[in-house]
Amino acid sequence: MNTTKTTHNRRSFLKTSLLSGGGMMLSVSWLSSFKSADKLQTLNLPEQSAMLNGYIQITADNVVKLLCPNPEFGQNVMTSLPMIVAEELDVDWKNVVVEMGPHDNTKLGAQFTGGSNSVRMYWKPLREAGAAARHLLRQAAAQTWNVPVEEVTTKAGVLSHANGKSANYGEMAGKAATLEVPKGLKLKAPKDFTIVRKSKKNVEGQKIITGKPLFGLDYRVDGMLIAMIQHPPAFGMKLKSFDALQTLKMPGIKEVFSLKLYEDGFEQGGFDTRTFNDLLVVVGKTTWEVMNARKKLLAQWEPVGDTKDVMAGRGGKREVVVPGGLESTSTQLEKMQELSQKPAQQLRKDGDPETAFQHAAQVIERTYNAPFLAHNCMEPMNFFAHVTDEKAVLAGPLQAPGWIEPTLSKILNLPADKIEIQMTRMGGGFGRRAYGHYLTEAALISRKAKAPVKLIYTREDDMTYGIYRPMYTATYRAALDANKNLIAFHVKGGGIPEHAIHANRFPAGAVENYLAEGWQIPSNITIGAFRAPRSNFNAAAEQSFLDEVAEAMGKDPIEFRLELLKRAKENPVGKNNEYDPDRYAGVLTLVRDKSGWNKPGNEKYNRGVAAYFCHNSYAAHVVDIVTRDGQPYVERVFSAMDCGIVINPDAATNMVQGAVVDGIGNAFYGALTHKNGAAEQSNFHNYRLIRHNEAPKSIDVHFVENDLDPTGLGEPPFPPVFGAVANALYKNKGKRFYNQPFQNEMDKRM
Amino acid sequence: MATYNLKINGKIRQVNVDPATPLLWVLRDHLDLPGTKYGCGVAQCGACTVHLDGTAVRSCQLPASAIGKQAVTTIEGLSAKGDHPVQKAWLEHDVAQCGYCQAGQMMSAASLLKTNPKPTDEEIDAYMSGNICRCGTYLRIKEAIKSTAKK
Ligand code: FES
Ligand code: FES
Repeated sequence: MNTTKTTHNRRSFLKTSLLSGGGMMLSVSWLSSFKSADKLQTLNLPEQSAMLNGYIQITADNVVKLLCPNPEFGQNVMTSLPMIVAEELDVDWKNVVVEMGPHDNTKLGAQFTGGSNSVRMYWKPLREAGAAARHLLRQAAAQTWNVPVEEVTTKAGVLSHANGKSANYGEMAGKAATLEVPKGLKLKAPKDFTIVRKSKKNVEGQKIITGKPLFGLDYRVDGMLIAMIQHPPAFGMKLKSFDALQTLKMPGIKEVFSLKLYEDGFEQGGFDTRTFNDLLVVVGKTTWEVMNARKKLLAQWEPVGDTKDVMAGRGGKREVVVPGGLESTSTQLEKMQELSQKPAQQLRKDGDPETAFQHAAQVIERTYNAPFLAHNCMEPMNFFAHVTDEKAVLAGPLQAPGWIEPTLSKILNLPADKIEIQMTRMGGGFGRRAYGHYLTEAALISRKAKAPVKLIYTREDDMTYGIYRPMYTATYRAALDANKNLIAFHVKGGGIPEHAIHANRFPAGAVENYLAEGWQIPSNITIGAFRAPRSNFNAAAEQSFLDEVAEAMGKDPIEFRLELLKRAKENPVGKNNEYDPDRYAGVLTLVRDKSGWNKPGNEKYNRGVAAYFCHNSYAAHVVDIVTRDGQPYVERVFSAMDCGIVINPDAATNMVQGAVVDGIGNAFYGALTHKNGAAEQSNFHNYRLIRHNEAPKSIDVHFVENDLDPTGLGEPPFPPVFGAVANALYKNKGKRFYNQPFQNEMDKRM
Repeated sequence: MATYNLKINGKIRQVNVDPATPLLWVLRDHLDLPGTKYGCGVAQCGACTVHLDGTAVRSCQLPASAIGKQAVTTIEGLSAKGDHPVQKAWLEHDVAQCGYCQAGQMMSAASLLKTNPKPTDEEIDAYMSGNICRCGTYLRIKEAIKSTAKK
């Protein structure tokens, strides 16, 4: 991980320049401070943002071009980020052209899509960029018309003065480009927004519906070859030897070679995770030819044994032992069961939980389990690379070009300015494409093949050669006194290879005696961020457990949560509570009101509720299940979100609806299991994804209206879906489900 | 290797490929028509959906040798200007998130509407369930199909 400059003092450098044809270009560089506790924990990002720079270009014929700094994977940043600039620039959205920016962390900032960061991170800088450009245009008009700048107004890209003079931005752009950039600009009050908070269509909508080549898999150049990797058949195995004779005889095949991704001792950054280090590569002319020829490889594999990875990190270099062995899900579950009984690391303690549990009138204890999950981005991993001795050009789907560039620079022995990474639209990301190993693989293959190459993972490669959501477990205990008051709460979480516990989150702060503990089991199965890392398990387990506790206390589940939040607000227990009780309660009351919770008219439904805070935002859902063809079916969902100011409401609604569908699908069906190190699922015939007929008929999304700076939306709605589904399922089936995926537990397959 | 004269989007296109090559890869690798997407290669996701004589088929399962004189339509040829009613409805409902599955979704929807201009929710589910959307845009897809049916 590389941090460029960091500072807590906000300074900005704005630079104007003349565009050919007489327009203006405004470059804005910021040294800005921003802090994100959540992101630091879940994604190991640097503590402050790097330099940030936004581009606005206005041509003499009044075309306004805005660059999107962050890669797009379906969360609609290519529309929402430019909307933020356009708002302060006060331009007619119809005249705006959006382009994906180049990878340039110095000029365009962190350029990382993930952690629900895009809008949160760019909100202020992009507003300031827009405001600065608008001011320069007003100044240019003031000078031209010989009037004070304060008297020049703007409206939708037109400058005017009370004396009747008016001009569009394009006419003043050339002059504006010669002016000094002002200091201390005032930003609009939210009540004056005309673009932000008004739904705008996806700027790439027309290209998507006409099948334009937007994605990495669509990228091609003349003479480009196709490469595929044959990876070991199981975690814990490596290549011993191979015979490519038959493969090389197949039509279109150029060469077969083996490749070491990282040399021994290579210092890996946090996002350099790779699944297998020794790769067998087939290079040929077309995808189908390479796919077929690869099947003819005769490869011998052998156990890797324990290996050592060297990790670079903030605390300096450290060695991590990756255990050898061929792991199976059944034995992993046994091991987790065993470790859950042993002492664990204490993560937080308030009051005296041990005594409280000893004196409890009733103790409720439940254990929850969840499997590895494969991301299954619709577009499998792939990347284009053309590497020569002088430079490297790469193009494809990637969430964080700035994280892989230093790795490439070291491995290819090329300075960063000789590495060009183009960001294509991504066919989904969900955290998977934060790990750029497939890009490094493509680069090494291109260098060895001495040709432009596109590395393609088949669906089977993508699923069995993954960086999965870890396998988690957690045991929750609640102590009630004789009057059924909650007097103590204990969570002990574990996982392979990490636990999911966020010790300072709700209900920490709301219960007098509280204990959080964690333990972990190392593994050679590679894991990484998956939409709302850790939270996606916690919300499932904790929110199911709270439902059960409320029931034992004879309380309504929403009222019970609101009471706890009231306590956390008025008389918080302990320190470092991460959430804002008011915002948390806000989404609960909103979803209660919108769903008609406890109101007549909903008798046909088995209802479940859950709420969660993660990635700086708050989400609550009410899930309504009916029985359809003998099976529980989520027919209706109500969602309430608090993510501060919503930039693009319709697109935000789309994203929440998508998160709900994703959550229902993974709660019911998602699972990646292993036998002797080999993934037991390889394609969509045995890895079940939610389909049209299983999606709800309606998902009614509501946003808390406030003027808070945006706090992010891609991840927060996802985790509580699991809990709400579990709670509704209990009402539907009359029994609680503790093991994901629920469909397997219903069918007794786990 | 064999030579085929395929009728694609109203034009005859000649390709020289292994007869077993699926239409999907003929389109993507040989004819520069990458609008048709690869998602699974085993008829499970629908990303590769095209029309064969007007009916939706999975191009990952259709070998070049089996096409013969049948007319192939891909997303690039669904309409001349991107204004097929399904495409218009997709824009109106701003359906796409990542967008990767949407060509396949639209090709399936267009085929459904051709034989069944006013499908019920259940008929939409039955016809469309072979098309996976990992981003979860199913509700909007259904709304878009229904709005087309109303017109
Ligand atoms: S690629 Fe053909 S159905 Fe998935
Ligand atoms: S829009 Fe992303 S897979 Fe459907």
